Parts: sequence; structure tokens; C-alpha cells
Amino acid sequence: MHSEALSGGFADPPIQSAQAFRKVMEAMARPGTIHEISGAEPPVPLSQAAGSVLLTLCDGDTPIHLAGGHDTEAIRDWLAFHTGAPLAAASECMFALGRWEALKPLSAYPLGTPEYPDRSATLIVECDELAAEGVELSGPGIEARAALSLPEVAAFRANNALFPLGLDFIFTCGSRLAALPRTTRIHAPEAC
Amino acid sequence: MYVAVKGGERAIENAHAWLAEERRGDRDIAELSIAQIREQLKLAVDRVMAEGSLYDPDLAALAIKQARGDLIEAIFLIRAYRTTLPRFGASRPVSTGAMACDRRISATFKDLPGGQVLGPTFDYTHRLLDFKLAADGEVPEAPRAAKAQPAEMPHVTGFLNREGLIEEAPAEDTTPPDLTREPLEIPAGRALRLQALARADEGFTLGLAYSTQRGYARNHAFVGELRIGTVAVEMDIPELGFAIEIGELTLTECETVNQFKGSKTEPPQFTRGYGLVFGQSERKAISMALVDRALRWEELGEDFIGAPAQDAEFVLYHADNIQATGFLEHIKLPHYVDFQAELELVRKMRSEVTDANPAREAAE
Amino acid sequence: MNDYNFAYLDEQTKRMIRRAILKGLAIPGYQVPFASREMPMPYGWGTGGVQVSAAILTPGDTFKVIDQGADDTTNAVSIRKFFERTAGVATTEHTGEATVIQTRHRIPETPLTEDQILVFQVPIPEPLRFLEPRESETRKMHSLEEYGLMHVKLYEDISRHGHIATSYAYPVRVEGRYVMDPSPIPKFDNPKLDRSPAIQLFGAGREQRIYAIPPYTRVVSLDFEDHPFEASKADHPCDLCGAEDSYLDEVIIDDAGNRMFVCSDSDYCASRQAQGHRGRLSPEVA
Repeated sequence: MHSEALSGGFADPPIQSAQAFRKVMEAMARPGTIHEISGAEPPVPLSQAAGSVLLTLCDGDTPIHLAGGHDTEAIRDWLAFHTGAPLAAASECMFALGRWEALKPLSAYPLGTPEYPDRSATLIVECDELAAEGVELSGPGIEARAALSLPEVAAFRANNALFPLGLDFIFTCGSRLAALPRTTRIHAPEAC
Repeated sequence: MYVAVKGGERAIENAHAWLAEERRGDRDIAELSIAQIREQLKLAVDRVMAEGSLYDPDLAALAIKQARGDLIEAIFLIRAYRTTLPRFGASRPVSTGAMACDRRISATFKDLPGGQVLGPTFDYTHRLLDFKLAADGEVPEAPRAAKAQPAEMPHVTGFLNREGLIEEAPAEDTTPPDLTREPLEIPAGRALRLQALARADEGFTLGLAYSTQRGYARNHAFVGELRIGTVAVEMDIPELGFAIEIGELTLTECETVNQFKGSKTEPPQFTRGYGLVFGQSERKAISMALVDRALRWEELGEDFIGAPAQDAEFVLYHADNIQATGFLEHIKLPHYVDFQAELELVRKMRSEVTDANPAREAAE
Repeated sequence: MNDYNFAYLDEQTKRMIRRAILKGLAIPGYQVPFASREMPMPYGWGTGGVQVSAAILTPGDTFKVIDQGADDTTNAVSIRKFFERTAGVATTEHTGEATVIQTRHRIPETPLTEDQILVFQVPIPEPLRFLEPRESETRKMHSLEEYGLMHVKLYEDISRHGHIATSYAYPVRVEGRYVMDPSPIPKFDNPKLDRSPAIQLFGAGREQRIYAIPPYTRVVSLDFEDHPFEASKADHPCDLCGAEDSYLDEVIIDDAGNRMFVCSDSDYCASRQAQGHRGRLSPEVA
């Protein structure tokens, strides 16, 4: 294990995770809003925001799937030391982490069951940019319309159509995050 | 003039102070020590440990003292403390076959290897008040056994098993779910049901078990064996590569042997019910075994006859006395908002009825 | 109280509750099972709300607790004190100053804002429970969106009594999908659930369920075209502040059984009186 794995956690976990959770909750409750979140100093390419989300929500009870360039020894060690979360295949995970292209296809993840739609994965999508512009969103949490720079449209539309089943997404970029629950409707130019 | 009720905080503080004073009672009487409760009210301590799901006689004794002898309140104190404790790991399963028994009886065989050991039981005491206890309470020492107990005390059901007369109960290594860390989910497997029954209210479990004896899913139970004694608790230490003994527990174990005519899926054979409880509590262990057996109707291919003891959802959702007492007692909290809503509704409905039937109103 | 963690619960428990809250927000009105812990107060006394509050509070929050609309009812006092001790948060009795409000049986009269979170204590989270006692059955009914039983029950009320005989814990439909129990708030409060700017979280400790309504979510009280839902209250103004629009408690004031009506929302009433509003039985201004 690299010594890097031992550092970069929350200095004051009860307080920092409480503050980080409020950001995640606001983001999930208000799709399209962007929030600053910090505290974690994880190994690259894991962003500060994604690292903080993982420290806040994951532990030995939450299997995590690492996709593509995020499946590195440094990230595995860091997660093991700070969260104790077991690694899992996409089909068994509760959280998945990676860049959009690496995370796809979405059909690989648990969508929940009709009786327990909550038993579905949450995908943490690392992005190069994150802005409150782009495709238009509506639905619970949104007063009229919101906008978010989604990596694509079709997959999120298809996910929304599965409601009450479906995946939920947290987008991270540097120290910022936004979220997209399965309830959000996507309004975009038909070209996408 | 009306003044809104204020000062809830003061009222609470004063109530707590009064409670503390009442707990102490007459100050001319010597105060109870934790050690006295632990040693002399041991069965109360055992019940608090069993239903509190925490084996610590000193804490249980403290809880009993703090709760003024209200055992459900004491169990509550222990449960609330228990939830805050970090988990360091899980022990190996204890071996009741290697129990150092204080008591071991079988109702199915007159004698058997290991023998019948009556032990410290109320059975066969005549329930006459012993006024000597009120006077001094000194007791003569009990006679000691001459020969040592065998190291292994074989289970009675094992003898039946050799003949193939009782259903197999093969050992298995799956980690059982933890009721205190995961929400209860129905249908519940036997491991989860037993876990719930082990911490279930003794009175509720007794009542259900009794109902099976009286015909509500009767399962013809014999006490194959009841044993009470101490077992070693061992824990694997990864750094050492082997298990070490970290302590010992007193347990009561009951295995019932139940008559069974066979079903669509199972041949005629004896079946099993199982009870295991912290401390010395044979009433609870036997009750648990009877209810366990009744809940097994589905896996044994029996009919569901609608008896309460067969209904896992009914039993598991209502057996926990801390849940039950909390919800029951919460109705003494203020409900004037919902009551007001009901008042308005009843007034409205009455006025509609009297408007529609003015003659009836006049005649009344 | 330093022996206990910030906001009492251990971090693993908080993470578990936080995950349930997020799924609850993602599936509005759906009851997420969670491994409710034994709290140092009895089940049925707000342990669900307390666990949700413990999982969301930060040191920067200002916390308000009401029971029956009032800040000074004993159980509200007790819960507020618990968080003052275990989380060190600031507390307030003013709705407008609070960032997190835990409530039993009421929604404050002062409209909530985007900067606020309302945490409801819930005794029986399952709206279908009194029609079907089995969890295994009601879970199936939710999954199949099979709410006929509820409509039949409400319709039977109408045919028997002329209107729906449910005055509190009046069932709602969230975003056109899940039928949800809004907790035992009077139906007067139901319209406040709809498109609220605040996040609304519901915690049922003994029943081990958490559910949520995100902001600006459609929440419709169940009704029929010919018998539309009606938010009702006692047909009086408040005798202390004169408010015509607030939910009222009825108080018996003498041996002859005379009554007065006062706002159940104690902060709302006090604020109005401070602004100079007066009711029929207001004390004379000194």
C-alpha cells in the first residue's frame, strides 16, 4: 500500500461528512444546481468532489464498482483505507465511479426492483466540465426549468422512463458536484 | 385570563429530580449496590441481558437500578447503550455441546450420557413464602458433586439423529443477517426469526408458545433437552492466525422434539424447535423453541391454519417490547392537533345529520 | 456529552441514513427501508425524525423543534435539548430563522423557503396499513400502483357520511406515482406539502422507513371530482392574535366548558401579537 493511501481523508470526519452530505443532498433534491464540496484529497484521477462523496456515503456495507481509468491501485488502496468499501462488478455495486464512457452501458447496473426501487446503483460520473447550462431539465426539485451540462441525452431519458426503477447520478468536476435523480425529465434538441 | 402553558423545560427538569428521589426511596434504608443486584437478582439481570441483546451483568444491574426495577425500561437503557458501541468483529459460533452445564434435563429419555442434572431450579420447590428470608436470609452451603462433569455433554437430538428419526439440521457457515443493523424484511429466514425471538419479550413469546399448546398450530413438543451453563466465546485474531478465548457466557438452550406425521414434502419423523437465550431463562428458551417450530410450517410443508404463532410477520413485528412499549406509550403525548381535526369532523357530521333529521332531534 | 459522537449517532449509522435519504429524494413518496437504531428516547416519540435530523445537521445549522405546532410542548423541548447537547447546534423558536425544523403533527404557518429542511416524525408510514395490515401485501400494492383499496375506502366514507371521514394523516399522491402518508398532520396542512420550496424528509423509526418530497414536487391530496379535497379548520379566528388563516387549538377555559381558539403554531401567534395583532381574548397591552 502506498503511503498516499493513508492521507487525504477527512481531518474531522463527523463534521466534514455532515457538511459534505448536505451538499450532496441539496444537489440530489435540486437537480441542475451546482455545489462546492471539499475535504478529501484523493489520488489522481479521482476528483476532490468524488473523493468527498465517497468518504461521506461509502463504507463496508457499500460495494463500489471502479470503471476504466478509475480502477487504479492508488484509488483502490485509498478507498480500502478510508472507507473499507468492497470492490464489486457493475451488476453487484451500490456505487460506481468513473468517467461517463467508462461507466457505460447503464444496463450493467442494478436498477432496483418493483418492490424495492431503492436498491439501485448511484453512479458518480467524473466530468471535465460541469455547468448549469446545456440540456433543459424539469421534474421534482425543479421549480420551472433547470439546465445541466450532461454528457449525453438518450441514456438519461431512457433511465427516466424506467421510473420508479432507475439509476441516480452524481456528476463531479474538481471540487464541484451536481446530481440527477431518475425523476428528472430531459428536454433537449431532438438532434441528441 | 388564559395564559398559554409554558415552562416545559422546567417541568421536565423537576420531574427528573423527583424521579431520582423516588428511585432512592427512604434514605434510612441502605442503598442497593450494583453488585447486590447482579448477585441476588440474577434472573432479572439475565432477562435484561437477553432482551437487551448485550451480555454484561454489571451494566444490566445498573440498568435495573436506574429503572427502579422496571425490566422493560432497563432493557431499553441497555439497547440504547448497545447501539452506540463500535463493532470490533464477530466471535466464532459458541459450542453448546461443550457447555459446562449447571443444569441439563431431558423429558424424552429417562437417562442418557451425561445424566440428568437438576441444577439450581425452582422446579419442585413448594411455592410457600419463606419467612426466614425476611428475617436474615442466611443459607447453608449446598452440597458439592463428588465427581467432575464430562467435558462434552452430547445433545439428545444427536441420538435420535443417528437413527434417522429426526430431521437433519446440518451445520452451515452462512453469516446470519443482523437484525440490529439491517431493517427487518419479510419473508424472514430461520436465522433471522431465531434472532428476533432471542430478544423478543418473554411474556409475548410465552403467550404465543402457550397458544400453540392449546391448539393454535399445535406442534406436540417434547423438551428433548434443556441445558443451562457456561460456554467459551472465541474470536479469530487474524494477526495471530488462530482463535483465542475472550470470555464466557451463561446460556440457556432448549431443543424440542416435535411429533410430525409427515407432509407432502417430508417423511414422518421428529422435527425440531430451538431456543437459545443469554443467562438462565428456561421459560423463555422453551417458549422460543415452541414458537420457532410453529413458524417453520412452510419449510416443513405444513398447512397455514391462520394461528398467530405461525404468522411470521405478526410475530416478528410485535415481539419486540421496546418497539411495542414506545408506540403504546406515545399515545400519552399531546395529540391535540389531530384530535382537533377529528372534533371538527364529528361536529360537522353531526350537524349534517341533525339538519337532515330535525324531527328525530326534537323527539330525542 | 463528549463521550458521544457529533449528533449522537455513529458515522456508519449516519452514512446508512444518508444513503436512504438520497434514495428517498430520488423516488419521491416511496418508503425506503432503513436499519433504524435504538435511540435514547422511546420508539413512537420521534426516533425516526431524530435519526433523520442527526444525519443532516451540521454545526452551522439553526434548529427548531415543534410538537403540535408549539416549541414549548414537553417532547419538543426534550428533542431540542438533545440536539443542543449532542450536536451543539443553535436553536430557535422562530420559523424564519431555522434551517432545519423537526416537527410532529404540523407544518408551520409561515411559508418555508429554499433554505429550509422540514423533518417530519412519522408513527405509521404506510398509508395502506389500516386497510391491509401486512407489509408484504402493501409493498406489492405500491409496486403495482394498486391503490384501488384506498379509493374504495374513501368512497365508502362519502356514501356513508356524505364526505371523506379522514381529518388528519390524509393520504396524498406524490408526483402522480406513490400514495404517501403525510404523517398525522391535519388535512389543513396538506396543501403546504405541494410544491414547497423546502426539502421535506419523513422518518419512521420503529417502522424503519424514510421517505422524502423534494422541493417543487407535486403533492395531491386524494379526492374525487364530485367530492374535491377541502383543507378545513375550526371556523374561528385566533382569540389571541386574530389570525383567520391559521390552524387552531381548542382550549377549555372554565368549568362551564367555555372555549377559546388559539393558533397551534405558537411562533406564528406570538409573532403576530408582537406585530400588534389582537384577538377576542387578548390580554390588555400593558
